[in-house]
Amino acid sequence: MMDGSPHDINRATRRSTCAYCGVGCGVLLTPDGNGGVLVKGDPDHPANFGKLCSKGSALGETVGFGHRLRTPLVHGRETEWDDALQLVADRFKQTAEEHGPDAVAFYVSGQLLTEDYYVANKLIKGFIGTANIDTNSRLCMASTVAGHKRAFGTDTVPGTYEDLDEADLVVLVGSNLAWCHPILHQRVLAAKAKRGTKIIVVDPRRTASCDGADLHLPLTIGSDVALFNHLLAEIVVRGAVDQDFLRNTNGFDAAVESAQSNDLSATGLDPEDVSTFCDMWIGTQKVVTVFSQGVNQSTSGADKVNSILNCHLATGRIGTPGCGPMSGTGQPNAMGGREVGGLANMLACHLDLENTDHRAAVKSFWNAPQMPDAAGLKAVEMFRAVGDERIKALWIIHTNPAVSMPEADAVRDAIAGCDSVVVSDITSATDTARLAHVLLPAAAWAEKDGTVTNSDRIISRQRPVLAPYGQSRPDWDILAEVGRRMGWEAEFDFQSPAEIFREHAALSGIAGKFGRDFDISALADLSETGYNTLDPTRWPVTSKRRGGRFFADGQFFHYDGKAKLLPVEHRAPAAKTGRRYPFRLNTGRVRDQWHTMTRTGLSARLSSHLAEPYLDMHPQDAAHLSIEAADLVEVKSPHGICILRARMTNDVTPGQVFAPMHWTGETAPSARIDALVTGAVDPVSGQPESKASVVSVQKLRAAWYGFAISTQVPEPNCDYWALARTEAGYRMELAGRSEPADWDATARAMFQLPQAQVTSFTDPARNLHRLAFHREGRLLAAIFIAPEPVAVMRDYLATRPGEEVGSVLIGRTPADVPDPGPVLCSCFGVGINTIARAVEDQGLLSVDDIGSALRAGTNCGSCKPELARLLKSLTLPQAAQ
Amino acid sequence: MPRERLVIIGAGMAAGRVLDHLTEAAPERFELTLFNAEPRGSYNRIMLSPVLAGEKTYDDIVTHDADWYAHRSITTRFGEHVTHIDRKTKTVHGARGPVLYDTLIVATGSEPFIIPLPGHDLKGVIAYRDLEDTMTMAHLPEGASAVVIGGGLLGLEAAAGMAARGIDVSVVHLMDHLMERQLDAEAAALLQTSLEAKGIKIHCSAQSESVLGTDGHVTGLRLKDGTELSCDLLVMAVGIRPSVSIGQTAGLKTDRAILVDDQMRTSDPNIFAVGECVEHKGTTFGLVAPLFDQAKVVAQTLIGQEAAFVQKSLSTKLKVTGCDLFSAGDFADAETRENIIYRDLSAGIYKRLVIENGRLIGAVMYGDTSDGAWFFYLIQSATDITGLRDTLIFGPAYNEDGGPPKGPLSAVAASPPEARCNGLTQLRRAA
Repeated sequence: MMDGSPHDINRATRRSTCAYCGVGCGVLLTPDGNGGVLVKGDPDHPANFGKLCSKGSALGETVGFGHRLRTPLVHGRETEWDDALQLVADRFKQTAEEHGPDAVAFYVSGQLLTEDYYVANKLIKGFIGTANIDTNSRLCMASTVAGHKRAFGTDTVPGTYEDLDEADLVVLVGSNLAWCHPILHQRVLAAKAKRGTKIIVVDPRRTASCDGADLHLPLTIGSDVALFNHLLAEIVVRGAVDQDFLRNTNGFDAAVESAQSNDLSATGLDPEDVSTFCDMWIGTQKVVTVFSQGVNQSTSGADKVNSILNCHLATGRIGTPGCGPMSGTGQPNAMGGREVGGLANMLACHLDLENTDHRAAVKSFWNAPQMPDAAGLKAVEMFRAVGDERIKALWIIHTNPAVSMPEADAVRDAIAGCDSVVVSDITSATDTARLAHVLLPAAAWAEKDGTVTNSDRIISRQRPVLAPYGQSRPDWDILAEVGRRMGWEAEFDFQSPAEIFREHAALSGIAGKFGRDFDISALADLSETGYNTLDPTRWPVTSKRRGGRFFADGQFFHYDGKAKLLPVEHRAPAAKTGRRYPFRLNTGRVRDQWHTMTRTGLSARLSSHLAEPYLDMHPQDAAHLSIEAADLVEVKSPHGICILRARMTNDVTPGQVFAPMHWTGETAPSARIDALVTGAVDPVSGQPESKASVVSVQKLRAAWYGFAISTQVPEPNCDYWALARTEAGYRMELAGRSEPADWDATARAMFQLPQAQVTSFTDPARNLHRLAFHREGRLLAAIFIAPEPVAVMRDYLATRPGEEVGSVLIGRTPADVPDPGPVLCSCFGVGINTIARAVEDQGLLSVDDIGSALRAGTNCGSCKPELARLLKSLTLPQAAQ
Repeated sequence: MPRERLVIIGAGMAAGRVLDHLTEAAPERFELTLFNAEPRGSYNRIMLSPVLAGEKTYDDIVTHDADWYAHRSITTRFGEHVTHIDRKTKTVHGARGPVLYDTLIVATGSEPFIIPLPGHDLKGVIAYRDLEDTMTMAHLPEGASAVVIGGGLLGLEAAAGMAARGIDVSVVHLMDHLMERQLDAEAAALLQTSLEAKGIKIHCSAQSESVLGTDGHVTGLRLKDGTELSCDLLVMAVGIRPSVSIGQTAGLKTDRAILVDDQMRTSDPNIFAVGECVEHKGTTFGLVAPLFDQAKVVAQTLIGQEAAFVQKSLSTKLKVTGCDLFSAGDFADAETRENIIYRDLSAGIYKRLVIENGRLIGAVMYGDTSDGAWFFYLIQSATDITGLRDTLIFGPAYNEDGGPPKGPLSAVAASPPEARCNGLTQLRRAA
């Protein structure tokens, strides 16, 4: 360990998978010898063929150790694994014995590898004896799972990504594919370039995905069922029903009857636009309907999914090249979690918990002492049960519910009040990890060994290239040892992930015999070498069948072998707008951040795109509320309050506001957006309605606004702050309702620089204060305070910490240096002003021109929609002349 | 036609500047006679400090030498005291004889104020006014000691000049900080630190009680608190008194000094006055800039041009190497006034701007005075600086073209760029 490279296994390049979304891109990982990893797209992976988005490209910047948890912590004290694991085992055992198994719960994550997930599910359902295991996929995929099961009999993704290449029409429903699944979006754009594929976006909000689209339907939030019911009715009216295929289905008449009593006006759409949508959808044989969180995160999420599936089933457009519904999943292994039964109402291998035969088969296979016979608590119910002390021992693995759950303040308080909280994570710096009694250091992405399944059923290997940091261990290993310490030595005597994979594959063979879709039994005898060298493999993998599409043959997984069309009706979101809460709050992702930023937030490049939380609102609404650009606003819901930066944009319609979901107690405590979100759930899927809360908005009466830069993590203490990583350290936006008496003392406390030398500029009558702290001529930190939003060249200032102090307090570039502006292309760090200048000076006419001149957009391409938009905004006024 | 007889009493800097203007604009018009009590013509008195510090010689600072006067046929009566003026006969009586005038300019300047302390008349007690004083200080042997009473501009220049020559110097100042007319306490503290770094000892809030001496020569100064400072030379630099006796005796109206109107005319229409001996609208003058303005007004008036003297804000620079200091305008605190302050104390930099009604009215800077001229211009031109206020103190480089480009107001662009005004809702129908 003296050679400074303690983490290399060796320097060889290995194939693995990206840590982020469910596209499941293949990556090539090469350790750099200094504990870092070089990341490239895997040209041979069928999901991405070598491409990576901005987040994936920056993965190498997130494997540092600064934030890592080194050893187990019990009540904050470093503890030996032996003691920590015995404590966990004793606690769970004791709790189950004293209060019954249902007093124990696991809340896990789509970040877990399939093998980890399998062990967790086996331990709690088969041995502790409760179905109280749920996953953050409940917040993401549960409505799709429910919709798939209702229509197909199993949770089956019918098609493959190749369908996006071969479709003539791609409809994106509730999906900002360009930012959330950029590699799939680029496949769609490539198809458009190659074969003229048309693109329709169905989204209440105009997103980056609309650039390059042929039609955008900004429907009223939550009205998707009304739109697709109308489509189904039109399919019937126009005689587009595939009568042959219909023989493989049930429920058509009831579904059509319901669709025909539909009220299209609920969508708020222009009937002419809807008519065009129907023309295009019905008139195009090869149509893929991609749907994502805008569909799922809804109290009618399952119905929305079925309303889409109904249309594909009625037209028989399913399971053939270029045809079918396709769900875009949010997490790297949400699909794997579904396969192993990580949801409270599922057993492993798509078997049903509430089916006696399935239950008995799994119980026997596992040699399990007990099996619950009813579904466990789903995420929202689970944390309510934690809150009212029905659940007394909770294990949270690789997820951050204190931030990401709806009604997050109540969830945070519930966890804080729970008797026994175990958290497995790679860092102690998350809102949830801070609430743990026992904190277990888990191996991180680049250290883990196992498999993941992506959105088109491809099982890919995740391979380690770094040794586990400190004392951290793989999750399967931690879980299995707790199982052994609870008394189930043989059942959890796993020696390697391959062994777990084989057990899972063997169990899937039993599922296959029950007629389930998920059958990889042909891999049940995979050797260690075979496992290590496993190429990306689409399931099923049986002696009879490998990969491919489902359902073109008309064979479904209900007991009669048929699919089912569901009669569905439009229901408005649960929360109603009114005088007190007049706005409908939509939430979502931004391009360069992922979930609660515990990984992406470590990358300076990714943090520069949108470096603080914001609220998009329509200019009309802003004007009514006397809110101006860059004001901070207080956003209140019945569940909580947030402070966000206001942005005026026509991207949202009047009455609608949008906020990203990524900020946490670690990065912007007043912007934990899920504190506002209603806990109302879909009655079928249990998925919360994260995109249709109701809020009020008013201007924050801030006494001061601030911007700060620092080489070290600052510790602010004010009403609003948002922290972002930079190459030179950190940058921060700040504001407060009341002004501190002494800015010098306040800033020194925040930057923890009691002794540093200071240069200051103050205009007390204007409440302007600027202070730069330095040592030996090098800038350590600076803060810029004003009574209104501070006008300084942030992106330039962010580069200054560690440099010569110079005239940093002026807050702008030297006279001869242009301001690059906020980063638009994060791969090459190209700012918006740099691009705008080049467009004007060099007369650039296209996104490709910009790429040739500045390289912007030429690596991952995730910024291309924004480049296109910027180009249009710069060139339109001239064109009009 | 006989030329107009113009007599000037005094060859200080104001008189020199009057002659410059007149001989250039109307070289043939006047028959000129110049009296000076000092045995020389005009030199740049404000450059005596660099001479004292050894940075310049006397020859470097002479502005008008014997050739200059001879060339312009100016009768010089140097080293000759004027005894009195007879206004009835329009005659100036010098020690060596009378001369008639049509027009007279009184430019008798000022005398240094000597505090009448016990012992003030001992040998080795001097003021700091002229070349002789400068030479007395300059010729002190190295290792000698000196006390300067007065921590104003002149006193500090004297102290620094002697310190530069290896003299052990103490400054005794009555007020609680140095240069209180030009500096606020904070800038004065920085100045004090730099002067102390040059080995000068500073005693503020210090009242002198008596001059000590032996054998008729100064040996020290006793303060009211009992402190005794020994010295070989005591320099009093505590201000000036306008030299008004000649004018007063002639019956010109005086108050603190000779009263003049906007054309610098005294109560006698044929007699003008310029320089430190005049009082204009209640003000007397000690800095060179208004003297030059007065000189120009007199010259223009004499050749028949319309001109009027207007008092302007003044700026000060201290001519002490390593003490970069600039002060201009009015910087006393008042309820209507607002301050903008820049501090970099580790680098010894302090800047304070005083704003009133959206205009810059005062500036004090220490350590970095490079933008002094620009601030002085803003003060004198009474420019509305409201739009520049947030970056004003950073100087002209950042404030060209009516204000600097500012940065964005937040980390997220206030309005993301709009591709189309209302999105794609209006269909671009598929072909």
